[in-house]
Amino acid sequence: MYVAVKGGQTAVRNSRRLVTRTRRGPETIPEIGPDQIENQLGLAVDRVMAEGALYDKRAVVQAIKQAQGDLVEAVFLVRAYRTTLKRFGNSTPVNTRKMRAIRRVSGAFKDLPGGQILGPTYDYTHRLIEFDPDMDKDTANQTLEEAGEKEATNKSQTKEGKGAQTTAPLPRVMEILIQQGLMEKGPGELIGEPTQDLTRQPLKIPAARSIRLQALARGDEGFLLSSAYSLQRGFGLDRHPFLGELRVGFVEVLYTPPELGFEIKIGEIKITECFMINRFNGEKDRSPGFENGYGLIFGQNERKAMSVSLLDRSLQNAEEGKAVKYPGQDQEFILAHSDNVEASGFVQHLKLPHYVDFQSELLSVRSLQKTNYLEKQAPGKTKRPKSAPEKNL
Amino acid sequence: MPSHYNFAYLDEQSKKMIRRAILKAMAIPGFQVPFGGREMPLPYGWGTGGIQLTASLLGKEDILKVIDQGSNDTVNAVSIKDFFRRTAHVEITEITPRATIIQTRHRIPETPLTQGQIMVYQVPIPDPLQFIEPKRPEAAKMHAFEEYGAMYVKLYEDIACHGRIVTAFDYPVRVHNRYIASPSPIPKFDNPKLHQSPAVHLFGAGREKRIYAVPPYTDVVSLDFEDYPFELEAWEESCAICGSHTSFLDEIIMDDQGTRMFVCSDSEYCANTLEKEVPCQP
Repeated sequence: MYVAVKGGQTAVRNSRRLVTRTRRGPETIPEIGPDQIENQLGLAVDRVMAEGALYDKRAVVQAIKQAQGDLVEAVFLVRAYRTTLKRFGNSTPVNTRKMRAIRRVSGAFKDLPGGQILGPTYDYTHRLIEFDPDMDKDTANQTLEEAGEKEATNKSQTKEGKGAQTTAPLPRVMEILIQQGLMEKGPGELIGEPTQDLTRQPLKIPAARSIRLQALARGDEGFLLSSAYSLQRGFGLDRHPFLGELRVGFVEVLYTPPELGFEIKIGEIKITECFMINRFNGEKDRSPGFENGYGLIFGQNERKAMSVSLLDRSLQNAEEGKAVKYPGQDQEFILAHSDNVEASGFVQHLKLPHYVDFQSELLSVRSLQKTNYLEKQAPGKTKRPKSAPEKNL
Repeated sequence: MPSHYNFAYLDEQSKKMIRRAILKAMAIPGFQVPFGGREMPLPYGWGTGGIQLTASLLGKEDILKVIDQGSNDTVNAVSIKDFFRRTAHVEITEITPRATIIQTRHRIPETPLTQGQIMVYQVPIPDPLQFIEPKRPEAAKMHAFEEYGAMYVKLYEDIACHGRIVTAFDYPVRVHNRYIASPSPIPKFDNPKLHQSPAVHLFGAGREKRIYAVPPYTDVVSLDFEDYPFELEAWEESCAICGSHTSFLDEIIMDDQGTRMFVCSDSEYCANTLEKEVPCQP
């Protein structure tokens, strides 16, 4: 019998033992190795790095394994680890113009300097489950696998991602639009200025754009995706946006250690950067043109980078005084609900014992029934609400 | 393609259901008929509505052409052709007059269509009222009662604020003097090609699960006002490849100094024009 008042300690101990056993599965099946997760579940690793807000593959891989593939749980593990790490300084803003891109597409222009680089993408595969991988392989998927093979070979030969396809600087579509007078130059407020750090201070509404982009970068992919989708379906946008540019690749991280006094390269990270463009018809003192939405995410996270860009535009519009009518336009709605560690915790905390609170509710409801309902009914006509039990619980 | 999939991927019952929706759509031009859209092995937004229409229409003798952005060779067109080549083994063509079914995203071919041909459009947002009234039941009522005032107010607001109607693509049309419909996100340049067209035009929205149609020889009028008539976009440039002055041109960025070039969006038309022009050149 489940009696929670006593025996909690034993129950918790047994539950932990069960979870370990369930996670491992039958001993006859070989255990997954971290290198398998890192290389064969790479997009899961990328997602957890992004939402865990920590570029650390070793930690993330272990978290995914430990969470039995539950990615939100893995994000939680990574966040809990991240919080213990020392913050030793800020890097120079990464230069995505110098990205070694493995993928770069524009939905707005047929061709552009640097070209369209399709790279590894599921976009043009056919979603047919390969129950029998040898029989069911189709040419599209084969091509993709071959590309993956090449990259993996390159990876094993040199450092990670050396199979990247381009190293020439790629001009940004946004810069080209600015140059042609079709988009306003951004205030550039983020470059080189000390930025607020969302991981060290609470979220305050209204939040500056730097904080919003941080929150969105680590927000839950599903929530951001659906919120952006709602904008597209007319709950916030009044027209179709365009993908100015989406690029995935490796960028250098530069840092100046105080003891050295000069800039050194401390590593390379894989990121996804997205510019979304929305048409703007002009106002009294602003020329018609296009407005940008921006997203930058750890790893290859295209779905999320695009969602973030759409939401960034929507939240910028609201900041510029445009009417806020739908959730996707509301800073507080988006920012306060996008963190899946917070959301998952609070929704699931309902599993915790609430016996005391519920007891108080019972007392209060019974007393309300008595004073406000039963006693007001004429004696012969006494009716109880349909759901109310005949006798006290 | 493994043989346990049916001809053209969908099972016959699903095809029948879609054909019924098509018949209803043909009977009520411009009316959005809800249908039990199926999951397809390509993502929503990639043309699942169009693919379902094509799958239900294809017979073994059909000749299929697929274009995206007017071109036979864009990645998504290539992918969809590959899908039907493998699932239906039908003949694929790049030549508009040869095709019996033409699936398209965002363009109508420059080469005029003929009687007996079927155009299949991939539609993201089937309801032109969606950006005015995103709530579906409300928008359905507006269509039912022909309450289109809000749409005209939006166009009027454009004129009041910007001096013209600023919608450049997916420009709403009135079909057979009754329903306001979306021509799908074709440039407004292509709208007149729908009016009194001898071909069947079928529109499929997979994600929103709706089908609508413009039957042959139907009036399709782009919304406008007497004093602000519907206008087509025009280019000062002509195509850098074939020299056409009359086709829809795409802009291509050549470098980061702002150099641009213009070429036909319809790759087949461009190639044909080039071929015709060669003998005339000195």
